[in-house]
Amino acid sequence: MTLALDNARELRADERRERFSILGLSFPALILVTLLVFLPVGWLFWLSVIDGGELSLIHYRRLADATHFRIFYVTFEISILVTVLALLLGYPLAYLMSQLPPRWAGICLIFVLIPFWTSLLVRTYAWLVLLQRRGVINQTLQDLGLIDAPLRLVHNYTGTVIGMLHIMLPFMILPLYAALRTVDPNYMRAASNLGAGPVRAFWTVFFPLSLPGVFAGSLLVFILSLGFYVTPALLGGGRVMMVSMKIQQNAGLYFDWGAASALGVVLLVVTLFIFWVLSRFMRVERVFGGG
Amino acid sequence: MKRLTALSSSVAVLALSATIASAQDTITFTSFGGAFQDAQREALLNPTAEAMGITILEDTLTGIAEVRAQVLAGAVTWDIVDLGLADCAAAESEGILEPLDYSIISTEGFDPASYSDTWAGIIYFSTVLGYDTGHFGDNPPRTWADFWDVENFPGARSLRNNPVGTLEIALLADGVPIDEIYPLDLDRAFAKMEEIRDHIDVWWTSGAQSAQLIADGEVDMISIWNGRLDAVIDDGVAANYTYNQGIASLDCLAIPRGAPNKEVAMQALAMMLAPEQQANMPQYINYGPTTSLAFDQGIITDEQMRISPSAPENLALQVITDADYWAENRAAVQELWDAFMTR
Repeated sequence: MTLALDNARELRADERRERFSILGLSFPALILVTLLVFLPVGWLFWLSVIDGGELSLIHYRRLADATHFRIFYVTFEISILVTVLALLLGYPLAYLMSQLPPRWAGICLIFVLIPFWTSLLVRTYAWLVLLQRRGVINQTLQDLGLIDAPLRLVHNYTGTVIGMLHIMLPFMILPLYAALRTVDPNYMRAASNLGAGPVRAFWTVFFPLSLPGVFAGSLLVFILSLGFYVTPALLGGGRVMMVSMKIQQNAGLYFDWGAASALGVVLLVVTLFIFWVLSRFMRVERVFGGG
Repeated sequence: MKRLTALSSSVAVLALSATIASAQDTITFTSFGGAFQDAQREALLNPTAEAMGITILEDTLTGIAEVRAQVLAGAVTWDIVDLGLADCAAAESEGILEPLDYSIISTEGFDPASYSDTWAGIIYFSTVLGYDTGHFGDNPPRTWADFWDVENFPGARSLRNNPVGTLEIALLADGVPIDEIYPLDLDRAFAKMEEIRDHIDVWWTSGAQSAQLIADGEVDMISIWNGRLDAVIDDGVAANYTYNQGIASLDCLAIPRGAPNKEVAMQALAMMLAPEQQANMPQYINYGPTTSLAFDQGIITDEQMRISPSAPENLALQVITDADYWAENRAAVQELWDAFMTR
């Protein structure tokens, strides 16, 4: 009896000690996160509700006009479009890679990673060279007699989406590939054994099992797209104004930290909201490798 | 740092008094880099450093934001900065510049609009109508009205994605004379912008981009800074421009508030602004001196004068950008511009 009690006490003490040591070990990380994430975000929020030294919602009220609405609209529209296109292009490739022998999959992976490791600015300029009026693509199409006048591929919405899609593809393919590789091929064999054709087996067995990868890739691509600056600035020809560009204008040109912060806060809140909605349907933490 | 007492309005005396500054004196000059700063180094910095026996270090910036950040943080490392006209005027109204000492800086030959309490113009440049001579042959667009005339002057077009300079162009295209541009009639300017909007292929943002657009044949006509276009033409690109209805503007030199070597910087500034040194500039890059006396120094050749944006006969064809107008209205006009661009 006393032995059991002693044991229980001992166990509880052990547990307490363990909790303390875990807390102690994670303390440096906690301080770092507080200093580098929570303080700046808190400061950002604070700046957005201050005007001339007084609490004010003026920065938020100023966002409620047609210009800002269109800027947010375009930002989300482009981000969604890039996400959907990246999924449509990335899924088949990730699927192929997951079915290839490891050697060949490794080679494919290198081709995905090389652009991933190349500077964003370099890739953006490269697209400019390819897409412009007398660029490689238009020249080739004209030489082949397929078009009479050059296509308007860049300095607009199209060019922005093409450039962003290229930059975002690895962010879609890598999580997808990681998820697809873990799907046990025996499930597909079992589906065939039970009489499903390849198409049905894919849609009823393989695809649902790949959904965590789909969500992970889509979420990554979508959230990174929301903050794009360089690519729309260089390939948009001035027609595409995303939130980050307006933030830069406010902070850099007009030194209006309040307006810039308010934009940042709204973008952050909307992004967190989307994250929250998604987390209702799936376990987000699982997507990013935890749990 | 030694406090200098010898003050004189004469640059010659200034050069003598400058020798009081010891060789250890070092100032930092900050400008926009590239071919422009290379030219400033040859024309202004090296002669000044030599005459004063000081060392001039260099840095680069992209505009007012960095100057502001230094001043507000109380950590100023730059002694002299080069800024665009609108930035100069904004910086003055924000109080982030030191007042200039006009007892040692001579403004003889300066246009009254080309200097102020805390800044003084160092070069004129012009936003001109540039065109691809291969595309247009003998009948290029010569006025902004031609640029707007999409029937008779077909081709790809580009304007700057910035209201400063571009709204002036719209008013010129609508027939406003060059001396009646300010204060801008914004309704009229935006109505005119609306006409051309669908015919603009690229709205450019950086000077390098504008040069690339005309050099690569991406557009056939463009509003562009004359120095950028000159560089492209020198590289053998078939392009040309006219100063007719150009928008003349300035870069200014100023001393950030709290600059570490203010007194030495003030003297160096006075030397750089003097006609003797400004006359060096056109040898290195085609930007115009801000004092007309520079043309009388026997340094600038007739050919250089013919193409200089601030040669009197060229300046007479142009709108002179009104810094005060833009300092007061830039933020408000930018809102209208953003609404126009995102519509």
